[in-house]
Amino acid sequence: MNVPLLACHGVDVRYGERWLVRSLHIEIAAGERWVLVGPNGAGKTSLLFVLAGVRMADGGTIDLAGQPMAKWSVESLAGLRALVADHWIDPFATSVLDTVIAARYRMRGAVRAGKRADQHAEAVGRQCLAVMDCAGLADRDVRFLSRGERQRVALAAALAQETPLVLLDEPISHQDPRHQFQVLQQLDLRSDCTYIGALHDINAAARFATHALLLSGDGSWQAGESSNVLTNANLSQLFDTKITQIEVGSHRVFVATGAAPS
Amino acid sequence: MELPRLPAATALRILVAGALLALLAALRFGSVGVSSGALLQALLDIVQGRDEPSLAATLLALRLPRALTAMAVGGLLALSGALLQALLRNPLADPYVLGVSGGASCAAMLAIATGLGAAAIALCAAGGALAALSLLFLLAHRALFARDAALDQGRDSAILLTGVMIASLCAAALSLALAVAPDGKLRTMVFWLLGDLGGAVNPGMAGLAVAGWLLLLFIGQRDAGALNLMLGGDLQAYTQGVPTTQVRRRLIAVTALATGTAVALAGAVGFVGFVAPHLVRRFVGSNHRVVLPAASLLGAILVLLADTIGRSIAAPLQLPVGALTALVGVPVFIWQLQRP
Repeated sequence: MNVPLLACHGVDVRYGERWLVRSLHIEIAAGERWVLVGPNGAGKTSLLFVLAGVRMADGGTIDLAGQPMAKWSVESLAGLRALVADHWIDPFATSVLDTVIAARYRMRGAVRAGKRADQHAEAVGRQCLAVMDCAGLADRDVRFLSRGERQRVALAAALAQETPLVLLDEPISHQDPRHQFQVLQQLDLRSDCTYIGALHDINAAARFATHALLLSGDGSWQAGESSNVLTNANLSQLFDTKITQIEVGSHRVFVATGAAPS
Repeated sequence: MELPRLPAATALRILVAGALLALLAALRFGSVGVSSGALLQALLDIVQGRDEPSLAATLLALRLPRALTAMAVGGLLALSGALLQALLRNPLADPYVLGVSGGASCAAMLAIATGLGAAAIALCAAGGALAALSLLFLLAHRALFARDAALDQGRDSAILLTGVMIASLCAAALSLALAVAPDGKLRTMVFWLLGDLGGAVNPGMAGLAVAGWLLLLFIGQRDAGALNLMLGGDLQAYTQGVPTTQVRRRLIAVTALATGTAVALAGAVGFVGFVAPHLVRRFVGSNHRVVLPAASLLGAILVLLADTIGRSIAAPLQLPVGALTALVGVPVFIWQLQRP
């Protein structure tokens, strides 16, 4: 029996007085793609931060790679999981390439080893940028990128961190249709990588995910294989609006009709 | 916009050369000029233990401690400015904007008004600087150390606003102190408030000041890589492997010590901590492995030049160094901002 990469045992997440998630039990195995789906303010980002070990859970325990989260050092955690947040702070001029290479901080010992290690870091950085369709941005100043470009640079940085687990907070919220598709496809190509992402776009979620976790914001949750969980009935109830499916060519597409749920 | 790109090694070489030239100028010029040759001869005499009381030797003994102190003061202020701007992620931060100079000045004014000696005034100033910084970090503790993502955006203005409030409070207290101070003490007080290196005549103290500067720079430098990551938010830095809370604690201590020492040595020399890091970033970018030593060197040069000009230009009148750092620095800074 393989140890799950990430296991939640009765995890609680609260925001002030409000329960966002109560007693969450899930096991995430290596290679799975999980999406967190739920209405605004349901606690997707908060739960993501708890799973990333950035925020303490309000109850329960989380095991990462077979060991309690709290036992990992900050530095070892950086080798296990990367987090792509949905906001970025760029107070001073920095090049895109430097921003991506900086994500490899935990490997700085190798950087000190000399020019060849530096060249390796730069090669990895450039390759990750290319994967995210940002090869041409390498020498630009991060402060003057568009939101969509900045988001792809953040994704490239997370890939450059070379972790088995990547947590994504709305990774395609600023992408145009072509890049929405391309970003998820490129992430999916890394078959040894495990992803947990909060996604608002149900169709992108259904396409990308192997598993889904629905959060309703009152503490209740539902988890399972995405084909079982992402259904018309569940989604209509979750978002409190009628959601149906229509056929487009060979695809089935979720559509919110705006009507009250039946 | 194109990124500034002067190779780090070149920039540091230029700054070291500049610092040496500024030091030479500081030794040569003043109310009485000395030639470089005479200075060298005097230096050789001292090194060889020959005790020939020449004019150059006397001037060297007078000017070297003051010049070294000036460099240490500039270097320390620029270091703490660069650190604070990075820690608060705000290009407007510097020890003076945040009320540190205010705290130091209040304590020093109190010492002067009660008739304490120079050493006691310096100690009080350092204590005041530390007290103001401690108050700031106590009040803004949550904003400063929380790793909550939502705070990443709000934290910076919360700290800056708290600092500005402390500064305003100190400014009000200072106005009161000046209003009620006896006439005999007013001149000393005003000079102190403008920054004054006239008291720096002890070679031992000057050596200690330079040693303290280099030590604090070295400690700050060890966290420069982590600081680079923290510019992008503590949340991100933490996920990338930086123990953000510990790094912040360490660097805040360095900032407090650097500012306290600088203020104790020379009074309230403003502006250097703000302008030196900015000028440096325009040329070498935002890598703090380069920014910290480069800004520190530039701060040293700036204060040394300002003090040399202040001593020479209206000799035998001595102009306060704090006013001159701004007089020299502001035009340079604005010219730099105007450049495309």
